[in-house]
Amino acid sequence: MVNNILSTENLNLWFGRNYVLKNVNLNVADKNITAVIGPSGCGKSTLLRCFNRMNDLIPETHIEGKVKLLDDDIYTSKMDVTEIRSRIGMVFQKPNPFPKSIYKNVAYGLQIQGKYCKDEINERVEQALKAAWLWEEVKDRLHSPAMALSGGQQQRLCIARALANRPEVLLLDEPTSALDPQSTAKIEELCLELQKSVCILIVTHNIAQAGRISNYTAFMYLGELVEFGHTEKVFTVPQDKRTESYLTGVFG
Amino acid sequence: MKNRKVLNFCGNGFLSLLAGITILAISIFLVRIFSLGSKVLSREFLFTAPRNCMQEGGIFPALAGTFWLTVISISIVIPLGILTAIFLTNYGKPKWLLNVVQIAIDTLAGTPSIIFGLFGMAVFVNLLAMNVSLISGALTLAILALPLFINSCIEAIKSVPFDFYEASLALGATKRQTITKIVLPTALPNILTGIIVCIGRVAGETAPIMFTAATFYTRHLPEGLKDEVMALPYHIYALMTEGTHPETQVPIAYGTAVVLLLLVLGVSAAAVVIRSSIRRKRKW
Amino acid sequence: MHKYKEKAFTAITYTASLFTIMVLFALIYGLFREGLPLFNKVSLTEFIFGIGWYPTNAEPEFGAWTFIIGSFCVTIGALIIGIPLGLGSAIFISEIAGNRLKEIVKPVIELLAGIPSVVYGLFGMSTIAPLIRNWLNLDTGLNIFTASVILGLMIVPIIASMSEDALTNVPKSIREAALALGSTKMECIFRVIIPAAQRGIIGSILLGLGRAIGETMVVLMVAGGSAQIPKSIFDSVRPLTSTIAAEMGETVIGGLHYQSLYALAILLFVLTFAINLITEFFIAKRDKK
Repeated sequence: MVNNILSTENLNLWFGRNYVLKNVNLNVADKNITAVIGPSGCGKSTLLRCFNRMNDLIPETHIEGKVKLLDDDIYTSKMDVTEIRSRIGMVFQKPNPFPKSIYKNVAYGLQIQGKYCKDEINERVEQALKAAWLWEEVKDRLHSPAMALSGGQQQRLCIARALANRPEVLLLDEPTSALDPQSTAKIEELCLELQKSVCILIVTHNIAQAGRISNYTAFMYLGELVEFGHTEKVFTVPQDKRTESYLTGVFG
Repeated sequence: MKNRKVLNFCGNGFLSLLAGITILAISIFLVRIFSLGSKVLSREFLFTAPRNCMQEGGIFPALAGTFWLTVISISIVIPLGILTAIFLTNYGKPKWLLNVVQIAIDTLAGTPSIIFGLFGMAVFVNLLAMNVSLISGALTLAILALPLFINSCIEAIKSVPFDFYEASLALGATKRQTITKIVLPTALPNILTGIIVCIGRVAGETAPIMFTAATFYTRHLPEGLKDEVMALPYHIYALMTEGTHPETQVPIAYGTAVVLLLLVLGVSAAAVVIRSSIRRKRKW
Repeated sequence: MHKYKEKAFTAITYTASLFTIMVLFALIYGLFREGLPLFNKVSLTEFIFGIGWYPTNAEPEFGAWTFIIGSFCVTIGALIIGIPLGLGSAIFISEIAGNRLKEIVKPVIELLAGIPSVVYGLFGMSTIAPLIRNWLNLDTGLNIFTASVILGLMIVPIIASMSEDALTNVPKSIREAALALGSTKMECIFRVIIPAAQRGIIGSILLGLGRAIGETMVVLMVAGGSAQIPKSIFDSVRPLTSTIAAEMGETVIGGLHYQSLYALAILLFVLTFAINLITEFFIAKRDKK
């Protein structure tokens, strides 16, 4: 078995009185793609946002249980939130580049840490853009506004922006739901390439997408982790009745 | 059925009539001010001091006074306003403090300008012994403009999409970094509009400076913060009410009004242009 | 290091906010410090309901009733003129005018809202007042009517601009639903759109009311300034604000007259504060719905 980079132990989460995550135990393997699927409102995005503590932004959030990045519990008070977030990158549903230049978008994560010199930043920006397959398209206009890129390019820019920090894990929250099929295909291909160097955890609404790219699949329903295993196994011989009905489209 | 059509027609006509009256009234107002005022406008009018018991000469000291009052008060307001707006939108803890600040802002924003004048007179002029001076007036105007500016900063900051905020935090930025590097630069054009609106407001106020800064007549330009100053709006008022030679002084008042209007409308027009160009460029 | 900077930044914004509260308290303190001593000599009812205002007599009288009536008259007059014109223009711009016209008129109205009041005062004093005096053969053109016209004209852009925002913010789907059910344009406007925009419209009127009550320069220059209870709308009056502005220059600091003007300011402050509260209360109540 490959070693686990992210794991949760009896994770429970409430938004106010709303019981959103119920006793979730999940192990995410390094250098693989793990997909989280489930009907809308099942808590899959919330689970994803637990890993880089983005749920902290929502008032009245209450969390019990443990979330570990390797051996560090990320919810202990001595952990620095900003450090966790630079170790675990995140890409959102809607492409959200800053209204700055392409270069400044990618360099942002490095600049705020304040420990890299200019040459290092330039080098990392180039690497990140190359890794996100955007370099050839933008190398001549690094200083033009990021907002002028197409939707698919913007999303790859967001991936590059996250990669520039050299994260150990990349969280993707339905990254293709706002994109056209062609851009979606490109991002999927990109994920398959990226998994060689970084662990990817992707939340998706699209069952076929999970089947195409992931090695492991987790199925969530009403806040519970119903089933988790190799994608092939989950898709062909689901253990749980609910997984089967979801995959066959009963409550898709 | 026919009845409804008639009603519709009448309603349409009535509303158009009201709008027409408004446009007509405002046009008469503006045309009258500009036609009478532009007669006295000249280079000399702008750049010389009044002469011969305010019956001749220009308004340069008043122009300079208004300039300095505005510049000083606005430079006090900008940092305070932005910081307060940041507190209200991004920190806001404890909750009761947030509410108290909000109430204070709303109350101050609704307070008549003459009351700020009296406050300035009681506190700056008398209590702190700054006398009737440029600094007393500028501080009074700053307090008047503060709530307005805070409110427009709040609007500006709130118009920054939450996506940006979230994306920045997800990249490992701290709250302060997110605010100073992402939120404020994105909100900047709107904050700028707020500043310009404040400039227009401050430059045109008369009541707050009547007893704190303004003087009817001085040949000197302000040389220090402790000097009394002339100011455009007060100059208009003084010419109309304290003048002794209406036939020569009323035209000067109109000329001063045109200068003041051009100044205020000019900066406000700049604000409108900036805002509409932002709306057009904005892609989020 | 990071933590330290974060704390410092938070502390700075915190301090700035405290400063704003301090300003409000200083304002209240300043007014009361100067104004309250008057009430050692005069009772509150005497002050509010008294009719004579002779602050410099040997036996001084401090009755503010005529000023309150004066403020009341010009404010009501201003609203009578400002509300129909302002709302009518707002509806015209948002519902009847084409896009082209709207794009020009809307910014122009916003610009007009920024015209300094002293310019309105100048216009009223030297153009409208003589006109009215000659037309109606009056002793003076500086009276309630003229002041109302000018104040009304001044608050039209405020009411129009804010109401127009409220009307434009009514969702397109609601309009389309009403029109699809076969209502005429006016039925759609008066039965569907205006009720939907009610809150913003009332807000704009209250804002105009606040501006009219607190306005100093216009009434100081145009309302005439005689302290009397008016018998007709062509009598001149002296509102609270113009009393303060006109007499402050003649007072001795700390004297009874000086204190009495601060007492008037307290009265005015309480009045506008109450209007604010009503606005807040009204809007908050609506919000819950």
